[in-house]
Amino acid sequence: MNRFAWVNARTIEEASAAVSATVADAMTELAGNAAAGDTAVLKAGGVDVLDLLKEGLLAPARIVSLRGIPGLDAVVEEAGGGLRIGSMATLSRLADHPVVRRRYPALSEAVRASASPQIRNVATLGGNLLQRPRCWYFRAHEYHCLRKGGGHCFAIAGENQYHAIFDNRPCAIVHPSTAATALVALGATVELADAQGAVRQVLLEDFFGPPDRDLQRENDLKPREVLTAIRLPALPAGTHMAHLKQGEKDSFDWPLADVAVVLELSPDGSCRKAALVLGTAAPVPHRAKQAEGLLAGKHIGEDLAREAGRAALEGATPLAKNAYKLPLFETLVRRAILKAALG
Amino acid sequence: MATDETQRTEAFPSGIVSVGLSEVKRQIPSDEPPPLPPNAELAVIGKPTARQNGRAKVTGAIRFTVDISLPNMLHGGILRSPLPHAAVAAIDVVAAALVPGVRAILPIATPDAILRYVGAPVAAVAADSPAAAEEALRLIRVDYKPLPFVADLDVARNPASPPVHDSASAPAGDAHGFPAPAGLPLHGNVRGPATVTRGVISQGLAEADIVVEGEYRTAVQTHCCLEPHAIVADWRTDGLTVYMSTQFTAGVRHELAAAFDLPLSRVRVIVDGMGGGFGSKSSLGNYGRFAVALSRQAQAPVRLVLDREEEQMDAGNRPGTWQQLRVGAKRDGTLTAISVLSYGTAGVAVGAGVGSFAEALYACPNFESAQYDVFINAGPGCAMRGPGNVQGAFALEQAIDELAGRLSIDPLALRDRIDPSPVRREERRIGADRIGWHRRRASGADAGPVKRGLGVAQSLWGANVQINASCEVRVMRDGSVEVLSSVQDIGTGIGTVLAQVVAEVLGLRPEAITVRIGDTEFPAGPPSYGSRTTASITPPARTAAWRVLQALCREAAPVLNAAPEQLAARDGKIVVLGDPGRGMKFADAAARLRTDWISAVASRSDDYGGFRRRIGDAAIALQDLGGVQFAEVAVDTETGIIRVERVVAVQDCGRPMNPRQIESQVQGGVLMGISFALFEERIIDQNSGRMVNPNLEQYKLLGARETPEIEVAVLENYQGQSATDAYGIAEPSNIATAPAIANAVYNAIGVRLRTTPMTPAAVLAALGKIPARS
Ligand SMILES: Cc1cc2nc3c(=O)[nH]c(=O)nc-3n(C[C@H](O)[C@H](O)[C@H](O)COP(=O)(O)OP(=O)(O)OC[C@H]3O[C@@H](n4cnc5c(N)ncnc54)[C@H](O)[C@@H]3O)c2cc1C
Ligand code: SF4
Repeated sequence: MNRFAWVNARTIEEASAAVSATVADAMTELAGNAAAGDTAVLKAGGVDVLDLLKEGLLAPARIVSLRGIPGLDAVVEEAGGGLRIGSMATLSRLADHPVVRRRYPALSEAVRASASPQIRNVATLGGNLLQRPRCWYFRAHEYHCLRKGGGHCFAIAGENQYHAIFDNRPCAIVHPSTAATALVALGATVELADAQGAVRQVLLEDFFGPPDRDLQRENDLKPREVLTAIRLPALPAGTHMAHLKQGEKDSFDWPLADVAVVLELSPDGSCRKAALVLGTAAPVPHRAKQAEGLLAGKHIGEDLAREAGRAALEGATPLAKNAYKLPLFETLVRRAILKAALG
Repeated sequence: MATDETQRTEAFPSGIVSVGLSEVKRQIPSDEPPPLPPNAELAVIGKPTARQNGRAKVTGAIRFTVDISLPNMLHGGILRSPLPHAAVAAIDVVAAALVPGVRAILPIATPDAILRYVGAPVAAVAADSPAAAEEALRLIRVDYKPLPFVADLDVARNPASPPVHDSASAPAGDAHGFPAPAGLPLHGNVRGPATVTRGVISQGLAEADIVVEGEYRTAVQTHCCLEPHAIVADWRTDGLTVYMSTQFTAGVRHELAAAFDLPLSRVRVIVDGMGGGFGSKSSLGNYGRFAVALSRQAQAPVRLVLDREEEQMDAGNRPGTWQQLRVGAKRDGTLTAISVLSYGTAGVAVGAGVGSFAEALYACPNFESAQYDVFINAGPGCAMRGPGNVQGAFALEQAIDELAGRLSIDPLALRDRIDPSPVRREERRIGADRIGWHRRRASGADAGPVKRGLGVAQSLWGANVQINASCEVRVMRDGSVEVLSSVQDIGTGIGTVLAQVVAEVLGLRPEAITVRIGDTEFPAGPPSYGSRTTASITPPARTAAWRVLQALCREAAPVLNAAPEQLAARDGKIVVLGDPGRGMKFADAAARLRTDWISAVASRSDDYGGFRRRIGDAAIALQDLGGVQFAEVAVDTETGIIRVERVVAVQDCGRPMNPRQIESQVQGGVLMGISFALFEERIIDQNSGRMVNPNLEQYKLLGARETPEIEVAVLENYQGQSATDAYGIAEPSNIATAPAIANAVYNAIGVRLRTTPMTPAAVLAALGKIPARS
């Protein structure tokens, strides 16, 4: 780990003025040029930042802490019925938050199933969405891979049991955030502020980008932007949802597969609208559009759920060691749909 | 040779308590105490007793090696090879030496040296701060010439694969165990076979009504001790003191004396709190040598702690195996043939066999095994909790389960027929009752996607003893008592057991005994590996306490108007036997001592009934240790997830000394076994030769949520073999778990998983649920 200076930002503007690069940009720069310049990056809970520092993948001159900014962790019910979650709210707080649990149970289930209690106590929702991928080649300084600006993906012909089954060329990462699976299904937006005080709102689904949009960045965060909040829309009556995660283990582990389902059911029980997202399947939270279409207008039942499970995996391109994810996802999709619809 | 004066005959309790006790006559040394009665008649031994340092552990007060901080202490670090196979063309430390705070640089791989695995040490440094050490390591310039490498067991078996060793560097084979059979041939990367033959295997197979055949694989498992490998070395002109997380203080002292040409009297090794070793801290290790050499060079204490990546790559492992088994039997279950072929690999060094498990567990007239060590370019192995037998049991106990299925004989009934051990017979009876074996149904009996199953497997382990094991007991003038030995408490709680033994003899409470261990200033204790600590050190502790009590009784006798032989110690008093009214407080007797303390030192004598085998300081007792474990699992056939819901472990260790600590040992063994069965694997990228999961995140270890209900039952099995008749428990408890789980999985889903780890991917594949790739 390198020596760095510590900056305690007290306002969003201060943070934005102090930061010089996103972590993704700082890493690409460092990987390409050993004598990296005078970079300053943001830190929220620090779980991911510390991992990257320890591996020598990130070596900033300054670390700007967001911890001291008052109110950045506030969770507020909005006038229109939505919920505004400050980016610094911790995962454990969201897992237990009464409004989240009551109105957005898929989100509380997703965060509760993430990582370990100790990590959830410090990890923030903002940091969780912006964490870098866990591909083990990416995480080891020995491999100068495509995502770090190198010329080669080591996973495609290597150890790819935990990698993507969709959109996995040229880079086969899976998006690491479990919360994102639920948030994309819920139609969340992110709110981003820059040093001038300008604020932009972006649909989270559009904020994330696949490798063919940008190979070195998982999202559209600009160098001096601060993610200030995640906003959840108001939900129409009849909305039902579920999130299911399956890891090899339940303690201290990542999902092998996770699925979020949000269903809008008509009074007659038929499905008006469905959002179905697969996490740990692709470089971004993966919307299973075909399966969503299949559900629309129909009554949810065992057979339909099974059919949707199959449709959700249509077009998958598993690698040598991860085809087991197909039956696993099919099961989770079916179970999540049934859980959402029938409880 | 025994003479009449040095030996006497005594009658010892003998047998399994729940089956029935009888008596066995033994010749014992005349200066050793009389037979210890069964636990039911004792005050302290055999009673659940709280771990003496338990509170210090949970409050953080205990000092581990990483907590040691000496004045002017430096911080060491090791530069390691990034390549699996390379020649060092040049190495330049000039820039590193200029880093402010750097105080010593130790070249390890000199020019022309061959590095054979990722993580092989190249150079080491010591500096004022960890940051300066890290910076210096970064600035060491090494010019590596890459060489072709092989990082996979199957590939390395191919004679055309790149050779890992030349004939000079290749370690002797010891696939079959220790000591290595000399002169095993080396062909390419394959050393062996070490063979054992009994009877005629072809005849046994011909006689069989049924032959089951199967191929099994076990993955490389790493030790993952809670406490990392750590040492603080303090080289001074008047001698060397080393604080080290070690399983064998006395052994490390010998290694240091030899490596640095010092007299034993100038070397001291100390360990206080320790967070496990499991075999990986049995010796000084390369890092230990580096730390001492750095300290000598810098003339200052040096602290060296391996991080998780270094541990995963270069602190040993349990070798992976490929095994092919053939077991033949008659219709009634009688075994006619067992044949084992195994290839195993840890990496660049050996010990990759499957033990003598299949040879010894069951009565079978025809047996044949051929075991091979295979070299690959990866970190070396070392002993790990039940080495060989854990891998061997995974295969054999599944083959026996399969045989039972094919013969339509209940797996327990089959073992009643083929297993001659009375200990395991009783263990099967107890375990079957506890797990509710009668609930076991045919495979796949559950209607839904989640299938439940029950399985059983057995274990076998040698009862090891270290003869070179001594213990001192002191009674101080104020009535306080010390027990001293260099034996180390690696987390098993041997200190508490020593206090129990001494307390039992002196009629005191274990809390009243001060335990001083883990320091070579004290009489040399045994190593804590091979499950031999309790068996080796508790008999001399009892003997020493008994001798010191005799001396104390000589002081008390005149006061009590009795002969010393008429006195006994109980309830904090020295009393006259047969006249309970007459006695004095233990402390009052001690106050009469003419010196500040009296002391006795005793050493481990041979087992009273003799040993099966003796190799140097170590010996193997006549009787083996058994163990039978039962697992109940639930398998989700749609996700491939195996949940172990319950394990019943029935074990034996001679006389159980402290049931509470035994239970915790067995729980640890079972947890490690589940983790081995379901999760753990060293995954090496075949293109770069580097382990891709060298941490505790992607190297998957069982956690709290995967911990089932574990029920432990322990036999009381007396043999009249020593002053305590106690043997070990740590390794035996780790052997049967994985095959018991595999057998339960088979019972649940009707498909056999012959490979560890049994991941969801493996389960789904076995169930034929993974679509073929286009
Ligand atoms: C063993 C283990 C298991 C795990 N399992 C899971 C799991 O199952 N599911 C899961 O989702 N995660 C898992 N994690 C990851 C963990 O949840 C994330 O590392 C954590 O959520 C990151 O949050 P943080 O607040 O600590 O972020 P930080 O490390 O502080 O920051 C992460 C990134 O976000 C940027 N950043 C943070 N806040 C802002 C902001 N407000 N504006 C702009 N940029 C910002 C930082 O610059 C940095 O690039 C696991 C981690 C470990 C170690
Ligand atoms: S999957 Fe992506 S991150 Fe991983 S090695 Fe390939 S390019 Fe790098």
